[in-house]
Amino acid sequence: MSNKREVISSGNELAARAAVDAGCKFFAGYPLTPSSEIMHVVSDLLPKIGGAAIQMEDEIAGVAAAIGASMSGVRSFTATSGPGISLKAENLGLAQMVENPLVVINVMRGGPSTGLPTRVSQGDVAQAKNPSHGDYKSITVCAGNLEECYTETVRAFNLADRFMQPVFVLLDETIGHMHAKAEIPALEEVQAGIKLRKTFDGAPEEYQPYGVGEDEPAVLNPMFKGYRYHMTGLHHGPTGFPTEEIETCRKLIDRLFKKVEAHQDEIESNEEYMVDDADILIIGYGSASLAIREAVNTLRAEGVKVGMFRPITLWPSPEARMHELGQKFDKVLSVELNQGQYLEEIQRSMGRLDIEKLTKTNGRPFSPADIIEKVKEVF
Amino acid sequence: MAFNYDQYLRVDKMPTLWCWGCGDGVILKSFIRAIDKLGINKDDMCLVSGIGCSGRFSSYVDMNTVHTTHGRTIAFATGIKLANPDKYVVCVAGDGDALAIGGNHTIHGCRRNIDITLILINNFIYGLTNSQTSPTTPRGFWTVSQKAGNIDPTFDGCKLAEAAGASFVARESVNAPKKLEKVIVEALKHKGFSFVEALSNCHINLGRKNKMQSAMANLDWIDSITVSKRKWDEMSELDKENHLPLGILKQDTEALEYCAMYDEVKKAQQGQRGVITQDDFEKKL
Repeated sequence: MSNKREVISSGNELAARAAVDAGCKFFAGYPLTPSSEIMHVVSDLLPKIGGAAIQMEDEIAGVAAAIGASMSGVRSFTATSGPGISLKAENLGLAQMVENPLVVINVMRGGPSTGLPTRVSQGDVAQAKNPSHGDYKSITVCAGNLEECYTETVRAFNLADRFMQPVFVLLDETIGHMHAKAEIPALEEVQAGIKLRKTFDGAPEEYQPYGVGEDEPAVLNPMFKGYRYHMTGLHHGPTGFPTEEIETCRKLIDRLFKKVEAHQDEIESNEEYMVDDADILIIGYGSASLAIREAVNTLRAEGVKVGMFRPITLWPSPEARMHELGQKFDKVLSVELNQGQYLEEIQRSMGRLDIEKLTKTNGRPFSPADIIEKVKEVF
Repeated sequence: MAFNYDQYLRVDKMPTLWCWGCGDGVILKSFIRAIDKLGINKDDMCLVSGIGCSGRFSSYVDMNTVHTTHGRTIAFATGIKLANPDKYVVCVAGDGDALAIGGNHTIHGCRRNIDITLILINNFIYGLTNSQTSPTTPRGFWTVSQKAGNIDPTFDGCKLAEAAGASFVARESVNAPKKLEKVIVEALKHKGFSFVEALSNCHINLGRKNKMQSAMANLDWIDSITVSKRKWDEMSELDKENHLPLGILKQDTEALEYCAMYDEVKKAQQGQRGVITQDDFEKKL
C-alpha cells in the first residue's frame, strides 16, 4: 500500500489522468455533459508529453479521429455520454470489424434523447453491449468508485490492445463528478503494467494481419513501418482485403466472438462483499454499488445477512459466477439506475425470472435507505 | 520507356471493380504519376477512402490504406495526420461522400487547414448504388430517386472549400490527365488542406438516362461545362453560373497549417512559450 498515490480528484479527472499514465498519446472528442472534464484535462496533459488532443466538429468525427490515430498505431481514446455513443455507433462498428484498439469512456446521464444531461443514470448498459449494427462481442468495464475510474481506465487500455477492439469504460454522472480523496497506484506500477498490442516483425511479404488463430485478435502493425496493409469495414480475409468467400466470412465473425469468449478469464472482474454467509444477495454496479455497500453495512448491523455481488466487467458478463450464485441464493435483488437493463442478463445467467428489482430513472442516485426499504419490503 | 504503374499498385487486386470506361482509373493513374514525380516513399503515405466507387481506391494502391465509413474519411485522416504530422495523408472521396453525408467533415478539415490532400472524385451521381441524386447532380437530370427530374440545387465543392478555409483548391477533369497529375503534385507539395476536385464520368449511372450512354458522350458533356479559370474569369455572370472553372483556384502559402499550430500548443503546454494570443496570429505564431 505504501507505493500508492493519495490524490484529491474527481472521477472524470482520474479517468483522464489514467489514460495519460497508461501511455495514451491521442484524444479526439466533442463536448458532452457530464463527460467534458475528461477532454478538459487531457487537452492540457497530452500536449505536455508530446501527444495531442483535438476537439472535433461532432461526435462522429471525435471517434473517427481517435480510431484514425489508433489505426496508425498510437494509443488513443475518446470520451462522451450516451447521446455521443449513439452518434459514434457506426464507427465503433468499424473499429470492431477492423480490430482497432480504442478506449471509449461513457459518463452516463439520463436518457433517452437529451434526457437529463446533468443527472445520473445507468441507462447505457445495454447500449454498450451492442452500440453498432452487426455481430461482435463487447468488452465493457464499469467503475464503482473513484479509484476504479483510474484503475479500470488503465485496464481498459491494456484490454483494448490485448483483444484489438474498442473497450468501453462506463462511469456515471455521480462517479464522474464525485470529488474526494482517492488512492491510486504508483505511476511506475502502472507503466510497468502497460501491455501494448502485438506486432509482426517478419518479412512484409509474409505479413497477414488477419491470418491468426480462431480465438486470436488481428495483429495490426503501426503504419509507416514498411508493412503496407489494408484495413476495411468490409468482410475481409487474412490479408485484410475485401472478400465475400463464404468460409472466410464465417470465420471472421466467429473469430470476433471467440477471441473474447475463449479468454473471458482475462477480462472478468467482480467484487463480492459479505457474500459468503449471506441469505440475501444484492447485485449492482457503478454508483449504485456505493449505496448498496452502505445498505449492506446497515442491514448487517441490524442482523440481516445481506451481501453484494458487483460485476466490474459488465460485458462479457460473469455468467458462470452469477449462475452459481443464483443456485445458492433464493433471495436476489437487482439494483440499477435504469429499468432493468442488466437484470435481463442476471435472469439469463441464473436461469430464473424470480429476481426482485429496484430501479430508478428519475436522474437521482440511490440512497442506502432506498435499498434497505426495498430489502425489508420484498424479503 | 513506358511508365511503370505496377510499382505503386497491388497488381493482384486487378482488375478493378470499376466499370469499363470509368474515369476513376484515370484519376488513379494521375495520382500514381504525381507521387512518383515527387519521389514519395510508399511507406510514408497513408490513403484513406470512404464509401462508394471511390472508396475502392484504397484497395488498389500499395501503401498504408484504410477503407472507412461513408463520409468520414477526413475525420479519420485528421487523427492519422495529427498523430503522425511528418507523414503524407491523402483522402479519396466521392461527391456523395464528401459533400452530402460527410459535408461537415469537409468544412472543418478545410477550416483547420490541416495538411491533408483530399481528392474529391465528382461524377455528379451516386454511382455504386445505382443513380441516386448527389449534391452535384445538375438540376433537371434524371436520377433513380428523382425520376421526374432533379430539383435540388447543385453544390460547388470548390467554392465551399475556398469559403471554409482550405488553402489550396483546384479542379481538373479526367479529360486532361496530365493537368490532373500536375494539380495533385501541387496539392501534395502544399502545406495545408488541399482540395482537389477531379471531375469524372459515370456513363453507366449518370449517363444512361441523361443521353450520355457512352464514356465519350459523358466526357464530352464534362468538357462542355468546364473552362479554364482564365477563361472563366472573363465570362459573363450568366456563363459563369453554367460553367465550372478548371485549374488552381486558390493557393495560399501563408495560411497557418493545423499540425504546425498544434506544435505551438505543445510548446505552450511544455512551458517553452507563452499561451497563444490573438496578436501572435499576426506574427504567424
